[in-house]
Parts: sequence; structure tokens; C-alpha cells
Amino acid sequence: METYYHPKDLAKFSDMSKGSPQLWDKFMAYYGAVFAEGALTEREKALIALAVAHAVQCPYCIDAYTQSCLEKGSNAEEMTEAVHVACAIRGGASLVHGVQMRNVVNQLSM
Amino acid sequence: MELTLIARGNELASSREQLRRLGSTTSCAAFETRMSAAGLAPLTATGIEVFQINVGKFCNQTCRHCHVDAGPDRTEQMSRETAQLCIRALAGTDIPTVDITGGAPELNANFRWLVEQARGLGRHVMDRCNLSVLLLAPQKDLGQFLARHQVEVVASLPYFRPAQTDAQRGEKVFDKSIAALKLLNGLGYGHEGSGLVLNLVHNPAGAFLPAQQQALQSQFKRELGRRHGIVFNRLYTITNMPISRFLNFLIESGNYEGYMQRLANAFNPAAAAAVMCRHTISIGWDGTLYDCDFNQMLDLPVQAPALPHVKDFDLARLNHRCIATANHCYGCTAGAGSSCGGATA
Repeated sequence: METYYHPKDLAKFSDMSKGSPQLWDKFMAYYGAVFAEGALTEREKALIALAVAHAVQCPYCIDAYTQSCLEKGSNAEEMTEAVHVACAIRGGASLVHGVQMRNVVNQLSM
Repeated sequence: MELTLIARGNELASSREQLRRLGSTTSCAAFETRMSAAGLAPLTATGIEVFQINVGKFCNQTCRHCHVDAGPDRTEQMSRETAQLCIRALAGTDIPTVDITGGAPELNANFRWLVEQARGLGRHVMDRCNLSVLLLAPQKDLGQFLARHQVEVVASLPYFRPAQTDAQRGEKVFDKSIAALKLLNGLGYGHEGSGLVLNLVHNPAGAFLPAQQQALQSQFKRELGRRHGIVFNRLYTITNMPISRFLNFLIESGNYEGYMQRLANAFNPAAAAAVMCRHTISIGWDGTLYDCDFNQMLDLPVQAPALPHVKDFDLARLNHRCIATANHCYGCTAGAGSSCGGATA
């Protein structure tokens, strides 16, 4: 079936270097530096990436960072909790905008 | 309990069938091609530092990733005669380390004799232990025996949580492993300065590569200490080799080509140059010589001019032999590398 997303496209990510290799190189250097061990461990960064992948709902990132989390020693319980963090922030973000709704209601109501 | 491939009548019980599958993978170049491109072909030995004896395939567990297809139904066991040939060969060398594996090596009737003889020759001895064997009633004095002979225990524990460990090694194996580790700690194993070395082995519980060894060791030390009060010396991370029962898991779960591609994409020339087979000789239960325990399970003995049986042990011929390779070797060259002593690069 035709679909916008193809699992094999993940391996073609580097095709994005073809249009602008300089920008690609800069992005990849930055990307590599971001995920290197720093104040946070590589394992912790992979868990954050997994949560963000769910927040932005990128199937390529979910695939890649599920594998990455496992290969950095995380387990399914930790990864599920990370996804719940993304879920809580997304849900909370919707809910907190309810304050705007209530502000407008209060402004307009008698 | 899981059944061995042989007990299931699975065609992958045949090493020939395993090699056929490995040779027909569509997701990576032949291992020899990658080694040639890296300037590492032919792969040659650099001397022998580890004398690894596989005393047989009998085991009280049937782990899902086992590269030996070991289990309670396996009857292949090293005889005293072959064990004597091993010690005679060892005595004619100054190879410093004897690594005893299986199966569950402790369940071989000649295990303790081998340990005593090798220690008597002044060699460092390692026991690749599945931990649960220490709790079997006939083995109640095994821990004291190992401690008395200062045998290094290399114990399998894939993870510090029960779910992942039991998924790989069998129901309730985690609880037994923790009990056995506490027993070893009680004897002094794993405590700094005791002289009794307890190292753990992590294999991933699935079709992915192991975590970075040092980082995972820190995690294991923290979690095993916090949850169970257990101490150990080092953690070795070992990549699951795509042979035998793990190969069967890969094929049945639809992960085979993806895993081979993952291994090949992570090919690391530094790890390839440091593979353990270059400084190891592996002896099978029947005395046949192999480059490593994986080649042993694939029935790939040492190549001529090396002589392929321990009765003809010729160190000079073995020291610089060409090593037999095939696509399973990607398992030792991926990422940080993998060996019986953990990461290599």
C-alpha cells in the first residue's frame, strides 16, 4: 500500500546531504555533539530523545531511539515512563491553554 | 523449560544449515570482503593467551540465545582421557589462562579435576558459570571449591531486572541468579582485595547490540547494590552471535536480516583487529581444536597446517594459523567489539 512513511527511508536520511552538504555537515556535527556524553549520560539523552520523538510523533525517530535506548541499557519500563512524560506534557499543554479559554469566558460573560 | 533445537527436531540444529543461512544473507556483504577492505584478510593468530576448554553441551538451563544449543538433553561430555590430553598440552606451554566453559561446565564429572590440574600448573582459571548451577543440591560445595582454588567466576546475568533475565534464560532464573550471587559474595567473591574475582556477563535480551560496557557496568553496580546488596568486579558486554538458538530466534521473530544489517553497519576495523580468536585456542568436548567457541559450534576446526586435535597439540603451528571466518564473525566486530572478555575496542 502506498504511504507517505516508508521504514526503509530511515536508512536514506543521509540523502539530505545532497542538496546542501555544508548545512548537512554542520547539522550532523551538532547532532553528534548533542548526543555525546556530557552532564547527561548518553543513555539519559536517548531516553529524552525517545520522549521527544513521541511528542513530535516521528515514526523514524521512534524506531531509531527505541533501538538506541535498548542499546544503551534502558529497559521497556523506563522507556514507557519516558513516553508518559511526553504524554503528560502534551496533555498538560492542552489543559493549561484552558486558562485562556476561561479568561475569554470571564471577559465575555456577565 | 525451552527445548534445545535438537530436541525440537529444528533444522538449525545442523551447523551446515546455520552456515547456509548465514551465507545467504541479503543484507550485508560477505565478512571476508569487509575484512579485505579493512586490510585485515587473511585473519591470523598472534599467539595463544587463552586455553579455552568446552567440556560439553549438558546444561541445567536452555537459554534462548545459547550459541551451544546446550540443555539437559545433551549428552556430549568431555571424557577424563580427553581432559588428560588437554592438561598434557597445556603443560607443554606457558599459556597463562585456562577458560572452562560448556554447557554448564561444573556438571562435567571432570571439571574439578581440570581445575585442580590447571591450578597445579600455576595457570589462572576461569569458570563460565550460569549461576543457578551453584544452587543444585549435588553442587552445594561448588562455591567453596571455586574459592579454594581461586577460580575467577565469569557469571551470566543479562540484566539487573527479572523480566529481561527470565525472558532470555528461563522462568525464575533471575531469582536463582541473585541467590547464587549472594552465595558467592558471602564467600568473598566480588569484594575488592579478596583475590576472588567475580565478573558478570551481559548479553542483550533481544535483537540489538549491547550497551557501552563501562556505562552499563556502572548501571549494574548501582542497581544490583541498591536492590540486592550485590557486589562484583567487572561487567563484560557480549554481542549475541547469530548462530544456533539465537539465530533461530532471529529468524522466527522476523529480525534476522535486520540484525545482520545492524551488525554489518556497525563493523569496526579496530574491533576486527582485536578479535579474541587471534589469541585463543578453543578445545571441544571431543578434543577437536577450533579458533573460538563459535567456530566450534559451527564445526569449523582450525585450518591446516595447524593440527586439528589436542592429542597433536603443536603450539608453533597454532600460533600463526589463519583463522576460519564466515558471516557470524560480524558479531565480534560490531561497535565496541565483543569477546569472551567483553568489549575489545
